[in-house]
Amino acid sequence: MRPLIEIHNVSRSYGAHVAVRDLGLAVPAGQFVAIVGASGCGKTTTLKMINRLLEPDAGEIFIAGEPTHSLPAHLLRRRIGYVFQGIGLFPHLTVAGNIGITPQLLGWAREKIAARVTELLELVSLPAELASRLPAALSGGQRQRVGIARALAAQPSIMLMDEPFGALDPLTRDTLGTEYRRLHERMGLTTLMVTHDVLEAVLLADRIVVMRAGVIVADGTPHELMQGHGDDDVRAMMDMPRRQALRVADLLDGKPARG
Amino acid sequence: MDDSVAAAWGLLPHYLGEHVLLSAAAMGLGLVLSLLLTVAAVRSARVRWPVLLFASVVQTIPSLALLALFYPLLVALSSLTDRLFGIGFSALGFLPSLLALTLYSMLPVIRNGVTGVLNLDPAVIQAARGVGMTDWQRLTRVELPLAAPMLMAGVRTAAVWVIGAATLSTPVGQTSLGNYIFSGLQIQDWVSVLFGCVAAAALALIVDQLLGLIESGVATRRPARIAIGTLALAAGIAAAALPRSDADAHYVIGAKSFSEQYILSALMAERIEKEGGSATQRVGLGSVIAFEALAADDIDAYVDYSGTIWANVMRRTDVPPREAVIAQMREWLAHEHGILLLGTLGFENAYALAMRRDRADEMRIRSIRDLAAHARSLTMGADFEFFARPEWPALRDAYGLDFAARREFQSTFMYQAIASGEVDVITAFSSDGRIATNDLVVLDDPEGAILPYDAIVLVAAGRANDPLLRRALQPLVGAIPVELMREANYRVDRDTDKESPLAAARWLAERALP
Repeated sequence: MRPLIEIHNVSRSYGAHVAVRDLGLAVPAGQFVAIVGASGCGKTTTLKMINRLLEPDAGEIFIAGEPTHSLPAHLLRRRIGYVFQGIGLFPHLTVAGNIGITPQLLGWAREKIAARVTELLELVSLPAELASRLPAALSGGQRQRVGIARALAAQPSIMLMDEPFGALDPLTRDTLGTEYRRLHERMGLTTLMVTHDVLEAVLLADRIVVMRAGVIVADGTPHELMQGHGDDDVRAMMDMPRRQALRVADLLDGKPARG
Repeated sequence: MDDSVAAAWGLLPHYLGEHVLLSAAAMGLGLVLSLLLTVAAVRSARVRWPVLLFASVVQTIPSLALLALFYPLLVALSSLTDRLFGIGFSALGFLPSLLALTLYSMLPVIRNGVTGVLNLDPAVIQAARGVGMTDWQRLTRVELPLAAPMLMAGVRTAAVWVIGAATLSTPVGQTSLGNYIFSGLQIQDWVSVLFGCVAAAALALIVDQLLGLIESGVATRRPARIAIGTLALAAGIAAAALPRSDADAHYVIGAKSFSEQYILSALMAERIEKEGGSATQRVGLGSVIAFEALAADDIDAYVDYSGTIWANVMRRTDVPPREAVIAQMREWLAHEHGILLLGTLGFENAYALAMRRDRADEMRIRSIRDLAAHARSLTMGADFEFFARPEWPALRDAYGLDFAARREFQSTFMYQAIASGEVDVITAFSSDGRIATNDLVVLDDPEGAILPYDAIVLVAAGRANDPLLRRALQPLVGAIPVELMREANYRVDRDTDKESPLAAARWLAERALP
């Protein structure tokens, strides 16, 4: 079967700076892919080209076999969930208004939208009475739950997530990550998540893509990448969660932590 | 004092109504244009800079000049549309005022709107794109609603500016609360000036509060406040738009901006009403605008002075005898503009040089020739027009006048300046009541350098054969000797026991038309 997302030889520059260089990537339906790498490695640019928040200078992207430019950008975006660190809830709309925005743009009936909002609040573990609140009245974690619910509202099959949990405290971050992974399974989503947190990538993703200076330098399951890699940077990066895990294990056993 | 206030109250519905309609129309039109330009400026950096620059430049033009500039522009435009489509329009009054105030209203709205949209949280904008909004949806559902409080603050500023600047539309022939101020200034009726200022300030304050209510409703998302504010504004505008008794006025009489003109236009309006017509007065017109308004049929009749038309309109520099001036002018006006020179009123209101009697005696000055010998040590005061008129070089060259200093005044202040000794010589008008009250002497003109300024009644082409107007105005021809006019002017200009122009006009009518 053809992969759900296919990126073919895509490049993108900002002036003289090449952000993404001749990049290719294929993501089969149902996979949870984490794109990791240092700041400025091109991971966010790659993600934004998929729903055309940015247009590539060269190359083509296909979703379900169709080139992304075969329909207007806003129609494409209504079919793809998008979550980012800034969240960007509309401050003048209630929680329900925020969650229901894409269905509303798609012209769903009012009752159908209301039912969907109720369903989504439950799905992201938010109390129903929050529906009528404005975003300013929510905590950071609640806001990102609303952000995820908003992205899921129009039943997309693809979710693009750009550092979705980056601004949250560690506990909320862990809870939300785990919960999202469960949603991903339950709803059969295909998820591309950009993160700079390798541990998060290891714990949540089926597959990790490491980028550096606009190109992919490693691509494999967390298990594969943690076994060692020819590239020094990748090896150093993937070694970190393993070392941390061993130290934590030592501490739990009451032994002095390994250095 | 009480009479002044009572008279001012009586005029309030008319003046306030016109002021409200003008301000509301300018704000409405300005808001539409501002919103369009704001949207364009927000979307394109290339548009933003010129739009903001344009709005700022408009703001630097003095509002009075902006209003005045629209008049010649519209006259030219009107003659163009008349030639192309056979449709002309009035270049005086509402239209130039509306356009100038519209431009004036735009800067705060555009600047606040652009700033409001551009300063929105970039995450919200990214989310708007991410959820699949089109450009238009992003604008109407996210950017404008979020920038609305800022935009409303700009609208409030604009409204206060427009209501204030609307008082300046009086000189281009649009009735407004400025009529109190301009006519009050001319006839030194300070109660009237103050009344106009207070009325305009009160109106601005009320509108500002109502817009503030809407603004807070927008900011805190309380629709009730928006509704109350909007309804109150709409009710005010509707009340102003209710037809008033003089809305169907038949004849429009013009007047320039000094007491004699106010008295004569009141007199002509009274005459028309006596003959069974109805009349409104457009007072406080600039000297040039008055003639152009008549030529454009915007006003039906007014009084001008032969020398003014001769020099300023006909651009003649020779000085023939007065009968020849009138005869040539009658023919020229009829031929060039179809304007009827009905006749002379019987008095002259010429430019004359005047000095305080004590000073003139001291220096033994009787004529302008005597004056020339002392001019180097003297300061000359004039109204705003004089030094730009052809009389000044004619006078200067005929006598070799060379003053130590020259200053320009609004005429009321010019008389105060000569009384206080701030200036030594002024340009007085020969029919001015203040010559006698200030104990001034008018200097002789032995060279005949000053043009005759006979008061003449001019009738617009469209009314040249109007029988009612003729019946009303013909009796005035030759009926007003200079002593009567001077006394009538004095009744309005004097410092104590001042009369309104209408009262003076009635006093004049009793004596001139027995």
